[in-house]
Amino acid sequence: MTKNKNNILSTENLAIGYAQKKQQKVIASGINFAIKKGTLNAVIGKNGIGKSTLLRTLSKVQKPLEGTLFINKKNSNAYQHLELAKTISLVLTERVPESQLTVFELIALGRQPYTNWIDSLSKKDLQKIHWAITATNLETLQNNRCSELSDGQMQRVLIARALSQDTEIIVLDEPTAHLDMHQTIVIFELLKKLTKTTKKTIIISTHEINLATKICDELIVLSENKIYTGTTAALIQQNAFENLFASKIVKFDTALQQFVIHSQTF
Amino acid sequence: MKQKPYLKHFILLSVLLFTFFLLNISLGSVSIPFKDIFTTLMGNTDVKDSWQTIVLDFRLPKAITAIFVGSGLSICGLLMQTLFRNPLAGPFVLGISSGASLGVALLILGSSVFGGFFLTNSISNWSLAIAASLGAFLVLFAVIMAANQLRNTMSILIVGLMFGSLTGAVIAVLAYFSEATQIQQYLFWSFGSLGNLSWSEMRVFGSIYLVGMFACLSVIKPLNSLLLGENYAKSLGINIEKSRIIVLVITSLLTGVITAFSGPIAFIGLAVPHLAKMLFTTSNHKILIPASAIIGGMVLLICDSIAQLPTSEFTIPINAITSLFGAPIVIWLLLRKKKITI
Repeated sequence: MTKNKNNILSTENLAIGYAQKKQQKVIASGINFAIKKGTLNAVIGKNGIGKSTLLRTLSKVQKPLEGTLFINKKNSNAYQHLELAKTISLVLTERVPESQLTVFELIALGRQPYTNWIDSLSKKDLQKIHWAITATNLETLQNNRCSELSDGQMQRVLIARALSQDTEIIVLDEPTAHLDMHQTIVIFELLKKLTKTTKKTIIISTHEINLATKICDELIVLSENKIYTGTTAALIQQNAFENLFASKIVKFDTALQQFVIHSQTF
Repeated sequence: MKQKPYLKHFILLSVLLFTFFLLNISLGSVSIPFKDIFTTLMGNTDVKDSWQTIVLDFRLPKAITAIFVGSGLSICGLLMQTLFRNPLAGPFVLGISSGASLGVALLILGSSVFGGFFLTNSISNWSLAIAASLGAFLVLFAVIMAANQLRNTMSILIVGLMFGSLTGAVIAVLAYFSEATQIQQYLFWSFGSLGNLSWSEMRVFGSIYLVGMFACLSVIKPLNSLLLGENYAKSLGINIEKSRIIVLVITSLLTGVITAFSGPIAFIGLAVPHLAKMLFTTSNHKILIPASAIIGGMVLLICDSIAQLPTSEFTIPINAITSLFGAPIVIWLLLRKKKITI
């Protein structure tokens, strides 16, 4: 499956986790999957299963414990800092430190891999920035300070920053955490639209499972024993969702094709 | 990043800097008419010889030193604040000035404690600057190591304070075993003074200062990306380790050489970057670095003009004036309703 021509990112026996002094804390191992170009992919799984760790490993924020990661068929270890910055952009869960940056300035920082040593913006840079601002509907906010924005607006700014970086792959760690229902759907629609119009490959992690199963092209399901990948339909056939939470309260309803609540208390 | 029109601000600030520079030179215990000062500075030799000496060999180097010290410390503070993403960081708060003091103390006091190991008579300008820079480098390196372990920005400040007390304690022990003359020499140095620098010392000072200032330009881009945090900066292709080492070297060189030649000067590095951020309402280092430098130079010129108590023969230690000026500003920054940011 790693040999498919359309694959932009693939893993071979990847083991993820943290190396602490002499010990290794393995979170998941033997990970083999491939992600197709121009698709919206969601990593789902319960809290603490290693979604963020997987995304951090895929984007080379942290090193894999074992195995290899291929980006565009090339071993990710062979990438230089700058080359990687032109291939993968990130939206992380960590809060951006408080500063006086305006929305425009923050989005413009996405152009750093392309700017000269003193960070001057060329015509092309400005063009990309304006495109990113338009794509995320931030025209009216571009001169505001980032510290004045709501969580939903800030998330759109961070996505716009990743867009202005103009990379083939965008990795977003829980882009809809802290957002209300409306904003969540706005973000999902935006991401879906971007994969269609720009042919960018987007990988997100999310707890919005019911939304992800409907909107995303492919899912990467992390469960205790196994990692499943595929379309929602394929995953239902493999019973991938059955043991996702190992819980009686939340269960996957095959008929409804979504997770439902079975609580005794209400 | 997009450039807002800041040219007016910079022209105004430069004019102010120049005005305070002339004002600083024209004030002093000996009153010299302004016209004569100006003609002396222009290279005219028609003025009284003693006045020429006062202006060219005492006041001019002192005013230039004030600009070097003020701008250098302000830039160090700005670099620290962004590197640690902590608005309260600065060379004094993080114990870097204390590290430089330790270097100087080891050189001045250590010679009597360790006997012939250091030769007292051979304390040259260079050795003082090198010792102070090494001390600053060691403390800054230790703070950075600690900061890697601690994500909490408050803890980093506490660690800096601890390093400050630690170096203070070592200096106290050294002083206890030293001779009175050397303790006196060290004490006078620690009051801080912008004067007393000969032109040959100025050359040493100036060359290190210029190297540091030019090196600053190379970290503008990494510093801007660090405004987003280290992980984002890394994802933008910035080599964090390299940038951190450059900032480390610049800061310890500048703080070291400044502390060596003018004593430990407090608060400038912490307060001035915030004045620049308030005035220019930006976080872009392309603007903040020159802005902090100009404002820093100006502030120290003003502090020095006050310190020499115009028309009197006394001079207050410069360190006392900068604290009197800086401490209230920092308290005011904290008490303001608006959050202070990096």
